[in-house]
Amino acid sequence: MIESLLENQRPQLELRNVSVTFGTQQVLRKINLSIPAGQTLVVLGESGCGKTVLMKTLIGLVTPTSGQVLFESHDLTELDDRELSQLRLRYGFVFQNAALFDSMTIAQNIAFPLKQEGRWTASEIREKVLAKLTEVGLPAEVIFKKPAQLSGGMRKRVGLARALIMNPDVILYDEPTTGLDPIMTDVINQLIIRTRRRNPVTSVIVTHNMDTARRVPDRVVMLYPLTRLDPNEPQIVFDGPPGELDQSRDRRVRQFVNGEAGQRLMEMLSNSRTVEEGSF
Amino acid sequence: MSTANPAQPAPQSQPERSWLDPLLDWLAGWGELVLETFAAIGDFSLFFFRTLVWLFTRFPRFETLWPNFHQVGVSSLPVIALTGTFIGMVLAVQSFYQFRTLGLETRLGAVINMSLVRELGPVLAATMLAGRVGSSMAAELGTMRVTEQIDALSAMGANPIRYLVVPRFLACLLLIPLLTIMADFMGVAGGHFYSVMVLGIDMHHYWYNSALFVGPYDIFVGIFKSVFFGAAIAMVSCYQGFHCSAGAEGVGRAATASFVYSFVLILFLDLVLGIALDAVYFTIFPEGARLF
Repeated sequence: MIESLLENQRPQLELRNVSVTFGTQQVLRKINLSIPAGQTLVVLGESGCGKTVLMKTLIGLVTPTSGQVLFESHDLTELDDRELSQLRLRYGFVFQNAALFDSMTIAQNIAFPLKQEGRWTASEIREKVLAKLTEVGLPAEVIFKKPAQLSGGMRKRVGLARALIMNPDVILYDEPTTGLDPIMTDVINQLIIRTRRRNPVTSVIVTHNMDTARRVPDRVVMLYPLTRLDPNEPQIVFDGPPGELDQSRDRRVRQFVNGEAGQRLMEMLSNSRTVEEGSF
Repeated sequence: MSTANPAQPAPQSQPERSWLDPLLDWLAGWGELVLETFAAIGDFSLFFFRTLVWLFTRFPRFETLWPNFHQVGVSSLPVIALTGTFIGMVLAVQSFYQFRTLGLETRLGAVINMSLVRELGPVLAATMLAGRVGSSMAAELGTMRVTEQIDALSAMGANPIRYLVVPRFLACLLLIPLLTIMADFMGVAGGHFYSVMVLGIDMHHYWYNSALFVGPYDIFVGIFKSVFFGAAIAMVSCYQGFHCSAGAEGVGRAATASFVYSFVLILFLDLVLGIALDAVYFTIFPEGARLF
């Protein structure tokens, strides 16, 4: 019922025929993806398949070589610098390694988007920062510390607090649980779920973590690296609810879901032999 | 939706290579280099243009300006003053014996002070700034690029050019003339100290000859050129930082490249501006040519 309602809505984010090429290497090929408002989408795929590039394309950090990127029917590729900056205030982006500003304290990091918007007083900013810190489960003492003084898990949570501070319409999570211990992974998963419950937010999560992929989203999309696809094969090899992942008949999806090397090890070994035979 | 047959890697066959292929590879290599150079020049020009657009449309915030002004101006002052002093003294040491054989040692003031205010003051101040500030800017921005902090800025609605490049550009542009004046002053003082105090040249004639040859236009030329050097240092360093490749090696390379390219650009601008400013001088004061 809810799903059918969501499907009838205008998409919040949409990729139309998007291709991205860096130099001679094509990373994304003719991707079509429509994300309705309020949906939580997980993008799965092995390293180097273009997940992060897809995510950065959604916020205009990567300009597609061809195709359109739409945010509520605004084409990001047609906006100028200032319009794009304004639009980005409606996004939250959680970076893979948090990407906190080294030169600033934790409080300054979290307050950065608010200061950027420029309509809040110092006491309002302080209140909001402390509220978000509590929301992600960090003690108030950390606000005077520098990012280098925090552990990986704490930095990720600060990154999350910074992304949430503007109460954005869209949150993009780039590998939010990579490099964390199982408990912290669960904490982050719970935070993502809780954030969605509190606000009707559209979330896109790029991850390798199957636990996140099974528990958090409404929908899962799996990308496959172009280097191992035929020219006419679609790059999205799975698109459906997380429950269907295990029933997929595609061997590539099953291998990924179950974490099996399969023939890949043999392929890798034969590739490395070809390199050895050639000259360095 | 999902396809059942996974992709199989196509069997790779090695085509026969003819004798012409190495030549073609060599030619293709050169072609690629030319294309890359043009692309980089275009990209750099666009970067400069965007910096100017941001500079004139929305002035950066005070809190982003202050640390950069401090780093470029205050922190560079001691090293530039020291370099200036030593260059002034070295000039006296180097030219004294040759001028003495001709009996022209009192003309040393003109030579030292003219070289200092027109050439060595601005060029050395710019070189020190490129080494001290330019490389550190490139390394700092490069690290920010590699650790996605520049992307984070964009993602939070801050324009990285306005936030990171414009303050650095302004700091270099506005403070390098002052640093040049400092280098000039310390050089002149160093030259005077060594010539008059150590070598025993008559002070009156030393300064009389200086005043005869070195005019306000020469001092202006040096300071005017330094503004271009400052702009070149800031733009090259920021560009290198912004286009840094991944990893520690990438950051190191950006820092080195920023100094090398800044230095080459400083020397090139020095030549071009030297020719242009002389042409301007002789157009305004045609009688000035009689001095030479």
